[in-house]
Amino acid sequence: MTRFILSRALQIVVVLWVIITATFFMIRFVPGGPFTAEKAVTPEVLRNLEAHYGLDQPLWRQYLDYMGKLVLHGDLGPSFKYASRSVNEIIADKLPVSLELGGLSLGIALALGLPLGVVAAVRRNRFADYLCSSVAMIGICVPTFVLGPLFVLFFAIKLGWVNASGWYGPTDRVLPALTLGLVYAAYIARLTRGGMLEVLGQDYIRTAQAKGASAARILRVHALRGGLLPVVSFLGPAIAGILTGSFVIETIFQIPGLGREFVQSAFNRDYTLVLGTVILYATLIVTLNLAVDLAQVWLNPRRKFE
Amino acid sequence: MKPTNATTPQSAPTAGSAARAPQPTGELPHNEAAAHSLWRDAWRRLAKNKLAVFGGGALLLLTLACLFGPLFSAYTYEAQDLDLGASAPSAAHWLGTDTLGRDLLVRLLVGGRISLGVGLCATLVALTIGVVYGAVAGFFGGKLDALMMRVVDIMYALPFTIFVILLMVFFGRNIVLLFVAIGAVEWLTMARIVRDQILSLKKMEFIEAAHALGLSKRRIIFRHMIPNALGPIIVYTTLTIPAVMLLEAFLSFLGLGVQPPLSSWGVLIKDGAEKMEEFWWLLFFPGALFSVTLFSLNFLGDGLRDALDSRSAKD
Repeated sequence: MTRFILSRALQIVVVLWVIITATFFMIRFVPGGPFTAEKAVTPEVLRNLEAHYGLDQPLWRQYLDYMGKLVLHGDLGPSFKYASRSVNEIIADKLPVSLELGGLSLGIALALGLPLGVVAAVRRNRFADYLCSSVAMIGICVPTFVLGPLFVLFFAIKLGWVNASGWYGPTDRVLPALTLGLVYAAYIARLTRGGMLEVLGQDYIRTAQAKGASAARILRVHALRGGLLPVVSFLGPAIAGILTGSFVIETIFQIPGLGREFVQSAFNRDYTLVLGTVILYATLIVTLNLAVDLAQVWLNPRRKFE
Repeated sequence: MKPTNATTPQSAPTAGSAARAPQPTGELPHNEAAAHSLWRDAWRRLAKNKLAVFGGGALLLLTLACLFGPLFSAYTYEAQDLDLGASAPSAAHWLGTDTLGRDLLVRLLVGGRISLGVGLCATLVALTIGVVYGAVAGFFGGKLDALMMRVVDIMYALPFTIFVILLMVFFGRNIVLLFVAIGAVEWLTMARIVRDQILSLKKMEFIEAAHALGLSKRRIIFRHMIPNALGPIIVYTTLTIPAVMLLEAFLSFLGLGVQPPLSSWGVLIKDGAEKMEEFWWLLFFPGALFSVTLFSLNFLGDGLRDALDSRSAKD
């Protein structure tokens, strides 16, 4: 167990190093720089700006500086676009918003998807199954960037129940979290249905039935644990998807989160901010994947730690 | 991809090919007949699945409409009618016009060419990489396999969407780059599926026979193993296309898709979402068409899985 975690942690470090290095050099070999868009910058000013941010140094020097600061102090450097703000500050500012949106969406996805999937599996090939499965299919085939604007049009503009955009009161959370959550609820429902059907067909379920256990008890004690395995392994990609999916949601609902900031920073060629966000997302996703792996082993003792 | 395209000893032993046949199928004659009807069986099962037939029919219709529809229209996708401006659906413009007075129906059909085209091309890229990678890993096995699958595991954990976004921002909205980038992201699952198939095929007698006959490794992989793994490959391909189209539309929605005056469905949805308050049809029709396409592809893919993949057909 400890060995497994240690070896995976080591692997995470290597993966992160590769991501950071690849991103660092990729964005430097791209035409255009952080200051090319600014109007009428004289060559002297440009030189001064570059000297200020250390861009006049050779690339390997910049890379070593960056890595040194990152590893020793967790310092992601100054932003090139927002004068006098550090990337750490910007992230500390925007990340909580994205995390709240993601957390709410994931909650909605699980709260809706799991029951729908279980009901569909238990009432297999009956009306309830068809209903749940169709709803799930709709959720999969109507993407967030269609659903979101439609929600805004209907609930915000036509009915006036909530604001069309912004991120102030609790009601502003409803539409964005619902939009993002529904898609993943659909996937989770489908996976739950599949997983439950597989488990419900197993011998040990029949044994439990033969011993007279109630349907509810069989479901709760015997079936759910195995039936949820596919869902747990989906949670890794799902969390990654919810994190990146928030780019679109934050754009639609004009939410001041990290996703929108990331896309903006890429357009702005704000090297340090791009790099900082990529590092953050990568760390989150890779760590969460490890957590998912651990949860899988916990749920399914037969699967050994590799 | 029609099942009949798979001209392997197993799948299409017509009378002629059976006669000229010292092919190392390694199977008994009556098995060959059974294998022959595998595709026909699958076809029959598929034809019985109403949703899958509906999906396939809708896709065919849609593709034909996108390819040939614009030729029969009085309007072109770029012709503006600024006097008209945005108009609701009418007899002249069935789905209305956008703010520049361009006919929405024609724009949707032409945009469909791009969306479907990107979907197909990117899937082909993913298919090629995934099949070759998975086949090599599965065939050679051992340390190479462990290493290659470890790489896939690690790549699964990477935030690829972020890289695709960076690529599109930095290297411009180049359509070739777009589908190469998307394809390069979507090949991982295909590699796993093919590798598992190859691993189980490796133990089959007809592959041993092929080795015994001294066929080259390349020939064994590409002529004898991959054709036999075709079922799951076809199924997963059908399910990759909607995933790819979603990613393309996602990028377009962020403003990273194709450039005007060309448009894809993602671009049209983005434009529609910006103007939906006054002109609902600009969002509604592109969104509906896109969703119907995804529906059809998913239904067809599910149907194919039930028909072709006997192991998961139980569900």
